[in-house]
Amino acid sequence: MRTRRIFLRESALAVAGIGAAPLWLTRAAGAATSRNKILVAIFQRGAADALNMLVPFRENRYYQLRPTLAVPAPGKPEGALDLDGSFGLHPSLQPFHELFQRSQLAIVTACGSPDPTRSHFDAQDYMESGTPGVKSTRGGWLNRALNDDPKASPIRAVAMGPRLPRALRGASSAVAVGNLRDFNLRSQEASGMLESMYSRSEDQELAGAGKDTFDAIKLIESINRRRYTPANAAAYPRGRLGPSLEQIARLIKADAGLQVAFADTGGWDHHVNEANILPNMLREFSQSIAAFAADLGDRMEDIVLVTMSEFGRAAHENGNRGTDHGHGGVMFALGGAVKGGKIHGRWPGLEKEQLFEGRDLAVTTDFRQVLGELISGHLGHSGLSDVFPGFAFTPGGLGMLA
Amino acid sequence: MKRVQYIVAIGVISSFSLLLPAAANPFHRKLSKDKKIQHALDRLSFGARPGDVEAVKKMGLEKWVERQLHPQRIAENPLLQEKLKPLETLALSSQKLVQDYPLRPPNPENAKQTQSPDLRSLLTPMQVRTLRQGSPAERLALIQSIEDEKREKLLAALPGQLRQMVMLTAPVETRRQMMKARQPVAVIASDLMEAKLYRALLSERQLEEVLVDFWFNHFNVYMNKGADRYLVTSYERDAIRPHVLGKFSDMLLATARHPAMLFYLDNWQSMDPRAIENLQRMRRRRGPGMGPLPPLPRQARGLNENFGRELLELHTLGVDGGYTQQDVVEVARCFTGWTIQNPRQGGGFQFAARLHDRGEKTVLGHKIPAGGGEQDGLKVIEILSTHPSTARYISTRLAQRFVADQPPATLIDRMAATFTKTGGHLRAVMRAMLTSREFFSEGAYRSKMKSPLELVTSAVRAVDAKVEAALVLASRIEQLGQPLYRKEEPTGYPNLSEEWMNTAGLLARMNFATVLASGQLPGVQPDLAALRLDQPGVEKQLAAGLYLGSPEFQRK
Repeated sequence: MRTRRIFLRESALAVAGIGAAPLWLTRAAGAATSRNKILVAIFQRGAADALNMLVPFRENRYYQLRPTLAVPAPGKPEGALDLDGSFGLHPSLQPFHELFQRSQLAIVTACGSPDPTRSHFDAQDYMESGTPGVKSTRGGWLNRALNDDPKASPIRAVAMGPRLPRALRGASSAVAVGNLRDFNLRSQEASGMLESMYSRSEDQELAGAGKDTFDAIKLIESINRRRYTPANAAAYPRGRLGPSLEQIARLIKADAGLQVAFADTGGWDHHVNEANILPNMLREFSQSIAAFAADLGDRMEDIVLVTMSEFGRAAHENGNRGTDHGHGGVMFALGGAVKGGKIHGRWPGLEKEQLFEGRDLAVTTDFRQVLGELISGHLGHSGLSDVFPGFAFTPGGLGMLA
Repeated sequence: MKRVQYIVAIGVISSFSLLLPAAANPFHRKLSKDKKIQHALDRLSFGARPGDVEAVKKMGLEKWVERQLHPQRIAENPLLQEKLKPLETLALSSQKLVQDYPLRPPNPENAKQTQSPDLRSLLTPMQVRTLRQGSPAERLALIQSIEDEKREKLLAALPGQLRQMVMLTAPVETRRQMMKARQPVAVIASDLMEAKLYRALLSERQLEEVLVDFWFNHFNVYMNKGADRYLVTSYERDAIRPHVLGKFSDMLLATARHPAMLFYLDNWQSMDPRAIENLQRMRRRRGPGMGPLPPLPRQARGLNENFGRELLELHTLGVDGGYTQQDVVEVARCFTGWTIQNPRQGGGFQFAARLHDRGEKTVLGHKIPAGGGEQDGLKVIEILSTHPSTARYISTRLAQRFVADQPPATLIDRMAATFTKTGGHLRAVMRAMLTSREFFSEGAYRSKMKSPLELVTSAVRAVDAKVEAALVLASRIEQLGQPLYRKEEPTGYPNLSEEWMNTAGLLARMNFATVLASGQLPGVQPDLAALRLDQPGVEKQLAAGLYLGSPEFQRK
């Protein structure tokens, strides 16, 4: 495990004296074990184009397969940002390049699901249930990654947005929060009575959701009483992901017992005109995550953030300067003891016989291996077979964590 | 309304317990007569209004259901017609919409983001104060009192937030005038949303409206994608609405050919990769002076699988319906050349032979011989609409919406058999479902969560609210997580309850309930007397808010 000091030294953004969040919280349902380990999962919905995020610029095949869409090699105009002489990041991922060079960002190449589906819906469902190919699984892996803790904080598991994603559904309480500022009941008069109605309802699902809601309202109300200013001049971009991550940072710094958080970002399904859309999306994506890391400063030692998308896109571009549905993808991770500055996993190549079904980047690393190493090594969860039932996890197989 | 009192009593007094009888198959347990009526109204309408239960009882439930299956036999509510009348975009062609409702106003002077100085030149200081600090009603009265020509200028000059507030609650003509002055195209979406809500709230043909919502969502398109701003009006009106109780294959074909779908799932740009070379050769051969060839879509260079895949996965067979990646490619090849004539001008469907892949194709084991042209796509529609997987998938989707999240297999079997036997006649499939014992069973009764649209409309109907500003409701539905006509993904909104069961949604529902009941929702006046809540010691507004925010009211 890396020590705080090493993380500080490596983080050019860390500023002495900032980062220690105030331990003001007293009413967090007896939960607030301050400084617990936290996992933040980010989902790029729509199947983000791995080959244009992590660019294999040494491969001639890449340029043959994508005559109008390929990202040029480093050094050329609009060229990739070199990582290791063979792979580079899309130029719009500049903030990621800096994090990589500071050994904070880890990249996993050619990872994804062993299930061959190219359906957005099924693939997202599998990646969130944690059981590719099995639809009957109840709930999701992020919920199962929570430790049993009857005294856990009401906001130990939070998804930003109007709905609770499959990944966070399950036996443990989890809350969806559209916006922290609006998370309260307008009518004081009705509040107590509604709470009582829900607590006494024989409708178990709604009684449960009601309890989660009222518990979260009380806690978030106390968090809202303080103003929030991101530390280290972190600038979250507008849009959806930036504000989501800013609010997660706020919950983390409130020391209110947050353990896992989920945020998503949509619109990655580029069937046409990809070159005009992807750069802006990648910029917002990487700026949001970099702002989060900057905002949390040395606190990132307790946090791991990981990104995923349901599958990658076809290796060859389609007829409309876009890409159709593919297979292998790319994941990014940073924080905690993540071994950054490294591309993990095995590159399978782009020759016809190396491609999955002759057309897509193959999957050489199961996404559950990546998540499993983070859940066991960072969150300290001992029962991975419960989190990913049926998956043969190899402890330390990738070496994601130091 | 016994149920209402009972629910409120729980909130106020509370303490009771309920023993569930040991259950056999809940889909075999019959409902009492009263529950049956309540259930039918919950599922086949956007919620019961005061008096609806009694009306159905009087008519007889079976007769009521059968009438709902024949909407043309039901006289329409004159109030609805009155509400729809000013929404003139509903009846216009896509082409006319492009002409009359451009992205920016033709007279740029009105569009200028002018601020307070202009306000002062138009109004007296007193009037400016009223505009800034007055109540919504006072503001509106002021705007109404100004002569037409000046008002137009004033509306264009209103600063952002004030404008928004005035606009949401303004009478429909004023609202449309304001939008036209700034961003005419926005009128199209707001007309659609208002119409959808007024129909849900006021139409006597409730099942038809529920079905239009269901089928639009099944064949979802996203209104904010480029040209679709101008195409969705016709899509719902011409491709969905006429077929919801007709033949599935007609609706499937109508959606596949509609420019809104062709644009949304990119098929209008999909073409035979060899077509470019052919065209270039033709150009060379033509020589100078022979007139220009029609232009190609800007991005078009080859095949696009987007439509082919969603057609199989979402519209017909279902993801487990037994197709392969190769089938996706073959279907996409069949539909090359199904394009749009001038999409930016609201043009219609066009088959462009020069973009079509003329080769032989094999779809789901069926050989489609070379040279079929436009027939290739029609053949695919036929294969898909008669495929047993489609019968099952469509039946399952319907049963998930109308019966239960996990509908019993016996019911699906019967519905699918009806689908196949009748050549995909949706009225027959609906009737098979609505007369089944599974539909009127304890397993189905109150088993589903209302969607945000259903929650909002059923609450407004329950308190018999007078609605002058349907857009206020639309924005509430959006806050609850279901922006109308703006679901970006082709999957549409989920039919399953668990999707709506979460803290953020529940909180927003409770807030909506209390705001609606207290009469603070601008342009939406509830009639609490209609609810007949006589709870001693509890104020009426509070009691109504508790009822609409209760766990029971979230179910249908």
